[in-house]
Amino acid sequence: MRRVLPALAAVAMLGAPALAQQEQSTAPFAYRQLDDPAKERAAMDLMETLRCLQCQGQSIADSDAPIAGSMRSLVRERIKAGEAPEEIRSWLIERYGDYVSYAPQLTELTWPLFAVPLVFLLIAVLLLRRRFTLVREAEEHGPGHEGEEA
Amino acid sequence: MIAELGLAALWLAAALAGLQLLGGSLGLTAKGQALGRVVRPVAVVQGLLALFAFFCLIYVFAITDLSVKLVALNSHSLKPLVFKIAGAWGNHEGSMLLWVTVMGVAGGFVALIERRLPERTMLATLAGQAFVSLGFYAFLLLSSNPFERLSPVPAEGQGLNPLLQDLGLAFHPPTLYLGYVGLSVAFSFAIGALVTREVGPAFARAMRPWVLAAWIFLTVGITAGSYWAYYELGWGGWWFWDPVENASLMPWLAATALLHSVSVLAARDALRTWTVMLGVVAFSMSMVGTFLVRSGILTSVHAFAVDPERGSFILALLAINIGGALTLFALRAATVSEGARFAPMSREGALVINNVLLCAILGIVLFGTLYPLVAEALGAQVSVGPPYFNPMSALFAVPMLVVLAIGPMLRWRRDDFARIGKNLVIPAMLVVVMGGALVAVADVALLPFLGLVLGVGLGWASLLPLRGRNLRRLPLAVWGMVVAHFGIAVALVGMSSESAFSTEKLVAVEVGEITQVGPWGVKLDRIEPVAGPNWTALEARLLVRYGPDGKVTRLTPQSRTFWAPPQNTSESALLTRWNGQLYAVLGGEGEDGRWQLRLWWKPLVPLIWLGGLLIALGGLLALLGRVTTDVRRSVQSDRIAERREGEEKLREDRA
Repeated sequence: MRRVLPALAAVAMLGAPALAQQEQSTAPFAYRQLDDPAKERAAMDLMETLRCLQCQGQSIADSDAPIAGSMRSLVRERIKAGEAPEEIRSWLIERYGDYVSYAPQLTELTWPLFAVPLVFLLIAVLLLRRRFTLVREAEEHGPGHEGEEA
Repeated sequence: MIAELGLAALWLAAALAGLQLLGGSLGLTAKGQALGRVVRPVAVVQGLLALFAFFCLIYVFAITDLSVKLVALNSHSLKPLVFKIAGAWGNHEGSMLLWVTVMGVAGGFVALIERRLPERTMLATLAGQAFVSLGFYAFLLLSSNPFERLSPVPAEGQGLNPLLQDLGLAFHPPTLYLGYVGLSVAFSFAIGALVTREVGPAFARAMRPWVLAAWIFLTVGITAGSYWAYYELGWGGWWFWDPVENASLMPWLAATALLHSVSVLAARDALRTWTVMLGVVAFSMSMVGTFLVRSGILTSVHAFAVDPERGSFILALLAINIGGALTLFALRAATVSEGARFAPMSREGALVINNVLLCAILGIVLFGTLYPLVAEALGAQVSVGPPYFNPMSALFAVPMLVVLAIGPMLRWRRDDFARIGKNLVIPAMLVVVMGGALVAVADVALLPFLGLVLGVGLGWASLLPLRGRNLRRLPLAVWGMVVAHFGIAVALVGMSSESAFSTEKLVAVEVGEITQVGPWGVKLDRIEPVAGPNWTALEARLLVRYGPDGKVTRLTPQSRTFWAPPQNTSESALLTRWNGQLYAVLGGEGEDGRWQLRLWWKPLVPLIWLGGLLIALGGLLALLGRVTTDVRRSVQSDRIAERREGEEKLREDRA
């Protein structure tokens, strides 16, 4: 199946790398890692939680879009300069809005996101407690009330 | 002509669904009993007609009949045949046709073989199935007709998104749909049982194979989808908490809970209302998922239908179906008794705890997926992603895994921790040793740490129910449980290991240059152009070697250019060893003539999907076990009935 097509395909091919070139970010650290592995790790952890603004539902750590490339470069450069990851995140949020961060920040708008798991936890505990205390009472008051056996 | 036949079959099927609903509901009344008899045959014919329509659509795609609008928009004459066929359901209209087809066929199948339940419950069940189908038929025929013609006929089709031109796509959506829609049968059974108030072990046994089958398909579908995203998107990620992924995860979570509670109902006649509730919730999650994906309300990689009219149609269907079912539940739940009681420390107790925890995770996923929409309505855009979902679901998953390790060893109804405690010594020690080793050797983040230690402990504990049993006589269903639970542990270790130990290397190399990633040496040997049926590509030939003296293997990642529609994709190349996977992607060419390579060494990563497959295999074993037991039981009862009849006849003859 993988045969090299003559002339015609070659012409089409000439366009291909050029096209790919145009689409990729040329920012210095878009496709280059930091030399310090610890810093690269920190940069990577941050990049995985930042949203690519142009693509749909991808983090900047896994996108080929030019803006994702520039943002990667920006994150790496700032981490290299010694900035803390959360500072970079706040800076980006300030510029691009909450949308850019996959980690929702606690604000008046997003507090339900953090309250809801607690509510679920409470409901779960109550549900289980109620169920099991009811069971205990029923058993204390008379084993005759148990349901029929299968 | 074929397209018109398909459309006619679809209208006819819709009309029959109407008849099925009418017959089923009137059959429940005293006067309409005669009508009840048409319901089963109608359900079968309706399923066959839908299937026929679906084959018509496949046919027009296979021959690339460009006068059909859907084909012209989504196909291309130069595509390989398998992708032409897969293209039939790789779009909005086709996938909705697949939906009604699976629903119709499943309903027909139930009508054909299910004889254990009281006839009234069956009528209500099939009427429920018809009611839901009817909504989707209306949706299909009124707002997304897959057989619409196009005039003038275009010379060539617009092609299919290259990302979707992959064997993974050919089977991923149908698998998921079988799961989604299989849950509709559980939903209809729940409705049927609520209408006639017949909730008990017989109902659970009738419903269980459907839940199991749907759950197996969902498991396989999610596993395959995750692997597809992993190798096709070219960045080594395997789960993104993308709304579309969540849409498939939510029915799975609900189905997992349902699967366990239906088993309790079948074995112990406990958890009646809870099981019915989960039956309603599971299919509701399927519909919510479909709504999220199909309405285009979330724009993500998968959302290829962006049309608000359709969105509101599905939303209306959703409101009617779920609202109706919940109302029925609210009206009837009080009159269905809760069933047998049990102590907290018992098999049922453990199952209840995990059911509640699963539902809590479901709630979080649902809330986190929908919240950005709520926020947008309030005028702000927020993103909810992995940093939210991972810790929040772990909050409930960690206790769940602990209970999962203990639960299968407990006895039904009432048990004592002291009895099983000694069995847990080894897994507990494994957890401690693993934890100590991780702390000493590697610097691992909290979640992967928990995943690794719990995964190892659970792996051992999940095998404990086999202890002291005669393995040859062990029922298949128990094997299924053990395999599935072991699969959870395997997948957990894979996920955590990927997250904790992956090494990444992004480099620009010259031809002939050698670079290192983890234990691998990678040499860029040459770059050459290659061509496929509807694409051309630059292919890198990489020579890779594990360790200093491993065998040299060739890897060939490609950077592909499709011309219909024009788009670039990276085809990653993977090399699997027993202890992990090497993942290579070819990037672009730099100005200095160097080539970009993206390389990852991901230790134990294949365990994620191996675990997923084990989970599905466990389900399959359980399904086989249950079905053979059911068949044997029904054969026996038939025989008893025959014998009785024969005896009666003898007696009559003597008299």
